[in-house]
Amino acid sequence: MNLISGYLASDIRMATPILFAGLGLLIINRSGLLNIGAEGTMLVSTLLAVVGSYYSGSVWVGLLCAVISGALMGLLFAFFTVTVKANQIVIGAALNILGSGLSATLNRIIFGVSTTVTRFDAFTNIKIPLLSDIPLIGGALFNQMIPVYAAFLLVPAISYYLFRTQAGLNLRSVGENPRVADTLGVNVYRLQYMSAIIGSALIAAGGAYLSTGLVSSFSEEMVAGRGYIALAAVVFGKYKPGGVMLASLIFVAGNVLSNILQVSGTPIPYTLLTMIPYVLTVVALAAFAKGAVAPASLGRPYKRG
Amino acid sequence: MLEMKNISKQFPGVLANEDVNLTVNKGEVHALLGENGAGKSTLMNILCGLYKPTSGEIFIEGQPVKFASAKDSMSIGIGMVHQHFMLIPTLSVIENCLIGSKSAGGLKLDTRSAAKSLSELAKKYSMNIDPSALVSSLSVGEMQRVEIIKALYRGARILILDEPTAVLTPQETNELFKMIRGLKQHGFTVLFISHKLNEVKEISDRVTVLRLGRAIGTYDTEDCSVQDLARLMVGRDVKFTVDKKEQQTGKAVLSLKGVSLLRKGGGAKLLDDISLDVHAGEIVGIAGVDGNGQAELVECLTGIICEAEGEADYCGKDLLKCSTREIMSSGISHIPQDRQRTGLVMPMPLTENFILQDYYTGKFGKHGFLDWKSVGESSDRLIRSFSIKAPGKEELAQNLSGGNQQKVVVAREINRSPRLIIAMHPTRGLDVGAIEYIHGKLIEQRDNGAAVLLVSTEMEEILKISDRIAVMYEGRIMGIVRPKETTAEKMGLMMGGNDLAKIS
Repeated sequence: MNLISGYLASDIRMATPILFAGLGLLIINRSGLLNIGAEGTMLVSTLLAVVGSYYSGSVWVGLLCAVISGALMGLLFAFFTVTVKANQIVIGAALNILGSGLSATLNRIIFGVSTTVTRFDAFTNIKIPLLSDIPLIGGALFNQMIPVYAAFLLVPAISYYLFRTQAGLNLRSVGENPRVADTLGVNVYRLQYMSAIIGSALIAAGGAYLSTGLVSSFSEEMVAGRGYIALAAVVFGKYKPGGVMLASLIFVAGNVLSNILQVSGTPIPYTLLTMIPYVLTVVALAAFAKGAVAPASLGRPYKRG
Repeated sequence: MLEMKNISKQFPGVLANEDVNLTVNKGEVHALLGENGAGKSTLMNILCGLYKPTSGEIFIEGQPVKFASAKDSMSIGIGMVHQHFMLIPTLSVIENCLIGSKSAGGLKLDTRSAAKSLSELAKKYSMNIDPSALVSSLSVGEMQRVEIIKALYRGARILILDEPTAVLTPQETNELFKMIRGLKQHGFTVLFISHKLNEVKEISDRVTVLRLGRAIGTYDTEDCSVQDLARLMVGRDVKFTVDKKEQQTGKAVLSLKGVSLLRKGGGAKLLDDISLDVHAGEIVGIAGVDGNGQAELVECLTGIICEAEGEADYCGKDLLKCSTREIMSSGISHIPQDRQRTGLVMPMPLTENFILQDYYTGKFGKHGFLDWKSVGESSDRLIRSFSIKAPGKEELAQNLSGGNQQKVVVAREINRSPRLIIAMHPTRGLDVGAIEYIHGKLIEQRDNGAAVLLVSTEMEEILKISDRIAVMYEGRIMGIVRPKETTAEKMGLMMGGNDLAKIS
């Protein structure tokens, strides 16, 4: 009983950064831009969340700093891919290198190379009355940090935006065929800029939650591949918000399962347990990747006239 | 109603429109006639706000207008149906019509009232459309209707149709013409862009002819014969018949015996016991409605499909058992059905496209290195002798007009001095000038003793240049006739699946 609840709770908690990044990437991809730079964007934001929180004493200021850093990374990406029309993969890779270097360097400048743990304000769990008393799942679902609730509430919100609003239709049509959107009066470049900026801000929110929520410290390369997993989650999620959510939960579930089993001291050999997340990923790949329909103009720069 | 004055458009290296004047009256069907690359589409893209003119002015109902984007021209009531449909296949008809619209319902996408007004529009102009259908599930004719409805829904009063019949079957074309007449009755103005003389003659009230980017003049269609229009468009007299020397048939170059091809997964055979000889100095036409096995036959003979049974004897070789390279290096040339997908590599320059078949033979270099100087010289020669209109040999294939792209393919294939030419739809989508030219080249090869296998769905073309005609239906040959000894009616019956033996 407790095990299931605990398992679910940590799955949700640990899936949140990937969910944020996945939703951000989804918005960027839907506008036809292919950004593989989520890892770098998250790295910068993990540090800036800590810095903001440390100096202001409020985790919210930290989150704001992180989100602004993400928006700037998005602006940089949009400038080079939309305006300059550089290769999107190369720019994304550059963002990753930039993020890795920038976060490490800034960290050493601001906090120095010390072994003492810096203390700062971080997110805490908020228990939602009544709902958290639901047996079995209540404690797992409704005793979490605010960013966790926010991430999961964003799923239906973004879904509504994409599929039920005029702005969402415009965004999807730009990703499918920017020329069509252009002939119908959609400002393609502005929409791509907007989605790169907003999407990157969401990715950064994932980073902020990582360093001021999931753990409360910054360490170099702490994003540890989550930016790339988010890329895969968007594909497995078939470019739909609900799918991205499921994919993030499944990816993390393997990790959590293997951790729990290792701690619980089962007779299963350690090496087999560490295989679980990878096996799960392969299974998910086989089950979901078929029929993943990417926006038709993904990764192709649009030139007017 | 609409006036374009002294419009010029300069692209890097090309002057697409030069000092063009166009006046369109309210409620008329006005045709814009011109060869491929004459500047029709450029002019219309200027009118609908996609291109900015280098100089010139546009007046709508006497008021000067300037378009910064397609949105501006749309808000004035100009709607364009592009040659390549501007539809997103993964979206529904409604969604395609709603993209970029300022919906009254605020944030929420108002699909319900949009569906209602689309149905009303469709009913009013008697077009049959299901607004909630996915565009990818529609036929080409239906997609075109969606495009027209979309333009009307966006409030178009002037409708521009860019080569609307290029993708349609004859029946769909008739439907379209009915729609155009209906729209005219409701007071819409239609600009009809085409290079097909008969269609212009049939549907338009007035016609403006464009040649090499300039407007030659505007005429009342009634006063012009098809011959007149052809002369105006091409700038010289166009022959609608071809001169052929008396046939000097040699021995059989290609001899098919019982060629059959099974359909993957069962069902009727794709090719069913095809036997046919093609002699030196002969053009054998294969007629038939598209999709009756012609493409498969060509793919079997060129080594792309290798599962066929039977025998295709070519100078002692069985082509059905050879690889494409063996076939192509033994004196066979292939003009494939789709120049853009299988005939040329679009993002490559003409020089490289010219040597696609022969780069490895030592003709253009030694020891695996290409001799670009000789490639360049050969390219210059081909561009000159086939009068290909291109800024230079380094131009990318994708920047040429369709007719000139096809000339590049034909030049490459004929330059290899083939003994057998397999040509599929060699003139599809081309204007009369280019068609005349390519027919001339094929006949020249025949007169020089080459064998030509010509696959075409254009009955006119087949009757005009073939020495013998085989009609295919569902993978079988219904009969082999000589053009002089048959009628279009008989051919039609055979194309519909009637054996020659039964109808004569």
